[in-house]
Amino acid sequence: MTYIRSQFRHPGLPVNELGYTTKEYEGAISTLCAGCGHDSISGCIIQACFEMSVAPHRIAKLSGIGCSSKTPTYFLGNSHGFNSVHGRMPSVATGANMANRDLIYMGVSGDGDTASIGMGQFVHVIRRNLNMVYIVMNNGCYGLTKGQDSATADEGSKSKKGSVNPFQPIDLAGMALELGATFVAQSFSGDKEQLVPLIKAAIDHPGFAFINVISPCVTFNNNPGSTKAYDYVREHIEASATIDFVPAKTEITTKYAHGTGTDIEMHDGSHIHLEKLAAGLNPYDRLAAMNALQNARNNDEILTGLLYIEPESTDLHHTIQSSDRALNSLGQEELCPGAEALAGVNEKFR
Amino acid sequence: MRESKVNNFVVRFANVNGTGSASANYLFAKAVFRMGVPVTPKNIFPSNIQGLPTWYEVRVSEKGYLGRREGVDIMVCMNPQSMPDDVKSVKSGGYFLYDSTKRLHPELIRDDVNYIGVPLMEICNREYTDPRQRQLFKNVMYIGALSTLLGIEFEVLQQLLDDQFQGKEKLVAPNVKALKLGAQYILDNYTYPLDIHLKRRNLIGDKIMIDGNAACGLGAVYGGATVVAWYPITPSTSVVEAFEKYAKKMRVDKETGKNNFAIVQAEDELAAIGMVIGANWNGARSFTATSGPGLSLMNEFLGLAYFAEIPTVLIDVQRTGPSTGMPTRTQQSDITLAAYASHGDTKHVLLFPATPKECFDMTAGAFDLAELLQTPIIMMSDLDLGMNDHLSQPFEWDNKRKYNRGKVLNAAQLEEIPHFGRYLDVDGDGIPYRTIPGTHPTKGSFFTRGTSRDEYAAYTEDGTVYAHNMERLLKKWDTAKTKVPAPHLYQKENKSPYGLLFFGTSTYSAEEAIDIMAQESIALDAIRLKAFPFNKTVEDFINSHEKVFVIEQNRDAQMRSLLINELDASPQKLISVLNYDGLPITADTITTQICKNLAPAKTLIYHQ
Repeated sequence: MTYIRSQFRHPGLPVNELGYTTKEYEGAISTLCAGCGHDSISGCIIQACFEMSVAPHRIAKLSGIGCSSKTPTYFLGNSHGFNSVHGRMPSVATGANMANRDLIYMGVSGDGDTASIGMGQFVHVIRRNLNMVYIVMNNGCYGLTKGQDSATADEGSKSKKGSVNPFQPIDLAGMALELGATFVAQSFSGDKEQLVPLIKAAIDHPGFAFINVISPCVTFNNNPGSTKAYDYVREHIEASATIDFVPAKTEITTKYAHGTGTDIEMHDGSHIHLEKLAAGLNPYDRLAAMNALQNARNNDEILTGLLYIEPESTDLHHTIQSSDRALNSLGQEELCPGAEALAGVNEKFR
Repeated sequence: MRESKVNNFVVRFANVNGTGSASANYLFAKAVFRMGVPVTPKNIFPSNIQGLPTWYEVRVSEKGYLGRREGVDIMVCMNPQSMPDDVKSVKSGGYFLYDSTKRLHPELIRDDVNYIGVPLMEICNREYTDPRQRQLFKNVMYIGALSTLLGIEFEVLQQLLDDQFQGKEKLVAPNVKALKLGAQYILDNYTYPLDIHLKRRNLIGDKIMIDGNAACGLGAVYGGATVVAWYPITPSTSVVEAFEKYAKKMRVDKETGKNNFAIVQAEDELAAIGMVIGANWNGARSFTATSGPGLSLMNEFLGLAYFAEIPTVLIDVQRTGPSTGMPTRTQQSDITLAAYASHGDTKHVLLFPATPKECFDMTAGAFDLAELLQTPIIMMSDLDLGMNDHLSQPFEWDNKRKYNRGKVLNAAQLEEIPHFGRYLDVDGDGIPYRTIPGTHPTKGSFFTRGTSRDEYAAYTEDGTVYAHNMERLLKKWDTAKTKVPAPHLYQKENKSPYGLLFFGTSTYSAEEAIDIMAQESIALDAIRLKAFPFNKTVEDFINSHEKVFVIEQNRDAQMRSLLINELDASPQKLISVLNYDGLPITADTITTQICKNLAPAKTLIYHQ
């Protein structure tokens, strides 16, 4: 495995609207295991941000602790990053978002970081509908401590050492739906075609956007009998639809025959286009999404794609009526009431 | 020793929690204040919403002693549940005011106490029909009775009611009526005023009467806090409530009607401090308020903020620990936890306010300090300071004062420097430069982490680099000693081989104890700490005295440990004066413990 990234880039690399190539969106070289699903997800984040022409410094990337939470070092090197403490990324993201509503908040977490130690914060950040992208790189095990089962490991799934997990799994996408998340998607690290548009749509979504990505651990959980192994996931994956994200500025071409598929208009005029939507699914219908997810589980299938969206979602700033301007941009003259007002306060206490 | 009985006494009200007695009792304390006489009320309340006994103790002191004092001169007992103990607590020769609608049990009669019976329930039942009014006006009525007994000017009470019910004027008349009913009963049945009574003075000046938590909340508004994250916990809750109240008055954009602040009630204290760290990282001034149990939970994040060098402001309103302890009683027992919060080598800057004015000043100043030092600043208030009203110097703000945002690089500055190093000690003071997310498209971004990293914020497991960074943090700690509020020395030159060292709410009783001991020809020098780390003045004070009495309100002498640990002070020299029963320390406790050491032959119970 290489440990030095070549500085050479093909001179003909495509540039985006900002004049950047993908180089401006890359991070440090990954220290994860070769073949790790997480690296593919990092690649998808880079591609999505490049294609959307997001200015890298307008993104803040945040994570907790674990293999997944290391990844923000490996993408978007021109963005500020915050590798916080285990299971607490949602609170740090909440504070950051309250301070500056104008940035894009990209949260990355793992199944241990979210479904175990961070369950409380995960649940509450959904409740508040914080405007952020929340990606779980879900491999069903604790990689950094060498392969213990996590809370998302399926009952009966076999670990590399041969032990069988006796506990019910926590279904994060199902939970997000139940808790009222305004954007819920599920994907697979090996399905770039699906994941890149999902990330774009999640970035564009004006509230909490959750993507649960099955991301096999090649070292500790890629063995026969594991339900998070590459082979198993490929065999059991069931896409709810194909997906395409069309930004607002793009003219919608005749790529889609009129009347086919489902078109979701986003708050800013962007579109999500779904083709071959599975029977009974409707991206605006939370109950249908919950049913579909349960049915898939009963059939040992992994349902992927955009499961639910509320395109007109608002966010926490709207709920608490905080300023339209970034709070961190307010100056002393707007924040400090001054000596005269203080004299009035004193008078009330005499 | 006989003391004057004018403007020098303690009244204790014994009530049932949830019966609306608080506002009537406050009316009494405020009336004393308006008569120009120093007063200090303390609410001794249960961890309960309704039904348990609660007391309100008002010390009136012409000499301006504002600490708690043992011994009750006048007991206003409205709670049958606590009556046997309440009778016992009255000083010999004192007074016991009670509702005489029912006769007192003979066992409650003491020969050395004067009983004043007022048939409050009977009068209420006669005058009011609504059950809630009967309960509420009973409270106002005993204040009326007291006003005659103690010589409180009726116009003062009338004015206070006018102030209290501004906008709800129709409530004034029934309250005045209740006051008059109580006053009239005394006029008709007792001699007045008592030997213990009030006389108008002019000893208040421009002082205000306010609780420390309101002062902290207001200080945070003035200090420029925009993001507040918190989890409700007694006794800190009213800090954020005060922030919200003042922010809604002073921080709403007139044009848009939107808030120039964001308050998030978090799911727990972990999340609260996480949000504060996230907001500060992102360039907003942000704080949380909590108490001991919350501080325990916040340890993990405090370690991160220390190591990753993120400004953080935390207001700890201490209560009686350990564990859930006595949630509605006071203590100074989070000191060592706060000073060294989190695993690994950590030290945190602490501030010790003693008055509401200092709560305001230090909270506002904490944001400057946090950004200057890029580290957590923990305000060590306590329940006594936070939740009780105190006489205080008025709040002041200099309109010329500018927020000091510390070393933050903007886009233009980033253009100037060849290579930004987040943890590079450019100025030699241990404080590096930081950047706020979103500042510049290609310069100044870095990765914040709790793992070790080099001066350019890149992950490293190189032990030398790690150690170098830890040493820089120590250098920053030394810089902090020159930036935190300096201690207050009570004398220009030492007058005594013995010194007193105290901080926070022990100040009131410590100052009184100094006077008491001076009268007994025991001279003491004194120093009041305002912050940790300790500066040279503290070190010199200890070194230049044979013995230093360290007054604190916890069992384990936590501040003494800190002095020994940080200053290498000789343990033999530092003698503890402790109080940890959950009630504010008294001057008697202090003098007794000091005399036991200095003059074992003397007994110095001044007030009994």
